[in-house]
Amino acid sequence: MKIAVCVKQVPDTWAEKKLMAETSTLDRVSPDGVLNELDEYAVEQALQLVEAHGGEVVIVTMGPERAAETLRKAISMGADAGIHIVDDNLAGSDAIATSAVLAKALEGRDFDVILFGSESTDARMSVIPAMVAERLGLAQVTFAQKLDIVGTTLTAERVTDYGFDTLTTTLPAVISVVEKINEPRYPSFKGIMAAKKKPVEILTSADLGLDPALVGAAAAWSAVADFAARPPKPAGVVITDEGSGGTSIADYLTNSKFI
Amino acid sequence: MSEVLVLAEHHESEIRKVTFELVTAARALGTPVVLWLGPGCGDAAIAALGSYGASKILIADSTDVSDHPVVPGAEIVAHLIDSIQPAAVLVASSADGKEIAARSAIKSGCGIITDAVEIATDGTVTQSVFGGSTIVHSKVTHGIPIITVRPNSISATESPASAVVENISIGITDSAKLVSVTKRSVVEKGARPELAEADVVVSGGRGVGGAEGFGVIEALADSLNAAVGASRAATDAGWYPHQFQVGQTGKTVSPSLYIANGISGAIQHRAGMQTSKVVIVVNKDSEAPIFELADYGVVGDLFTVVPQLTAEIGRRK
Repeated sequence: MKIAVCVKQVPDTWAEKKLMAETSTLDRVSPDGVLNELDEYAVEQALQLVEAHGGEVVIVTMGPERAAETLRKAISMGADAGIHIVDDNLAGSDAIATSAVLAKALEGRDFDVILFGSESTDARMSVIPAMVAERLGLAQVTFAQKLDIVGTTLTAERVTDYGFDTLTTTLPAVISVVEKINEPRYPSFKGIMAAKKKPVEILTSADLGLDPALVGAAAAWSAVADFAARPPKPAGVVITDEGSGGTSIADYLTNSKFI
Repeated sequence: MSEVLVLAEHHESEIRKVTFELVTAARALGTPVVLWLGPGCGDAAIAALGSYGASKILIADSTDVSDHPVVPGAEIVAHLIDSIQPAAVLVASSADGKEIAARSAIKSGCGIITDAVEIATDGTVTQSVFGGSTIVHSKVTHGIPIITVRPNSISATESPASAVVENISIGITDSAKLVSVTKRSVVEKGARPELAEADVVVSGGRGVGGAEGFGVIEALADSLNAAVGASRAATDAGWYPHQFQVGQTGKTVSPSLYIANGISGAIQHRAGMQTSKVVIVVNKDSEAPIFELADYGVVGDLFTVVPQLTAEIGRRK
């Protein structure tokens, strides 16, 4: 089974995320970059699938130079190879362009499964897996909390507002997984050392045959008009409980007309 | 006046509150035309949609739509974008909504903006990003704007209209039917409101100390007809189910009132509730970062404060 896992380097969860004045894009330089947390579940799922079915796992990312370290981190969990799509002209790409780039990198490589996390913690759009499936014309099985592959038949549970739907299709498929699905493994020391030697293919826009006019900030199909930090909330009232703390909250709720 | 296409968010015949918010937002941009995918659009639904101003309801109910996830819906939306040329397409920021919006955007060559909290009459979208720390104004610059809207951000207001109902039948391609739905499972959530839709949310965190402790949180929630939320620490520890997690990797909520009990308020959690209108905090630790968000806070033991609060609410009702 040949599996691709698409991952993204995002600012550290604990860091302040800021838009840059000049470009209205996310500052990816100041904060530490980490592997998008929800992508860890996708990498883990890929590793479990090859443990059961044999095959290889390729980690794919589109990102600036420094995304290379995140790619190695994902590989160190136990993957076999990486693909790093990196090009200055990709900076500021929207989801529409990003999905086009990823699709170009993924096509023609006979992947049986293309895995994603359910969303990135910076943009939080949850649209890339569906867009990539659209572009590649592949079965889309997203927000999966459970996955079973027998031969080429894939059965999954897709999380819904009311519970879950049981889906079935045949491979190849684009899949996104939710946190519930597994417990990502920590890279072993052996895995970290081995990752340094695993092959990583570097691809530019030109390598993918992409028209530079269709990617990057200038090509985006939406634009930021302006942005500002949320005005700080006026400081509230904080008291220490001396026996009637609960009652004082009830008073606050009454005064604010909640009860 | 231009039409605005609204994708109804519903579970069978039960209309999700966000649908009325979408129709309300659509009225500011043009004449709302509601697309209903699948079964369930009976007289009650038609009347309800009409009372919020829907002028037309297009029902696409077929096995092609019901038996296959997302893609048939996207093909229908793309078809309608082409035939109606609406001023905008409004969809809920749900899993289905976002994916139908995403695939339609590519099919139709339209820009997409997700998780809008406000839409101006000129099409400028307001987004609250990075856990609510930054307010952004953005606009689609290519094609017809496809906008997904965050539930509970726009107030639904009635504006009665007489909706014309039309059953539509649009051919679905084979490639939209690659995946089949073989079963729909409803997980009983009980009578409490949906987290994403709730007006009041009462949450518990590490300070609750265990699954049994959540009884106290639930009692407060029930006294206020609130939804129950939990921090990552509590759900990771198995004290409360994952689907109730509020935070960066859980649900984002924007209720009128958020009561955080035994939650420290690290960025992971704040990202999920920072835009709540009023925040009340109960925590033993006066240094907990969440007090920075509090409109009213009590430093104390939640097992003393919360039951007292619940009892007092009961007395005042």
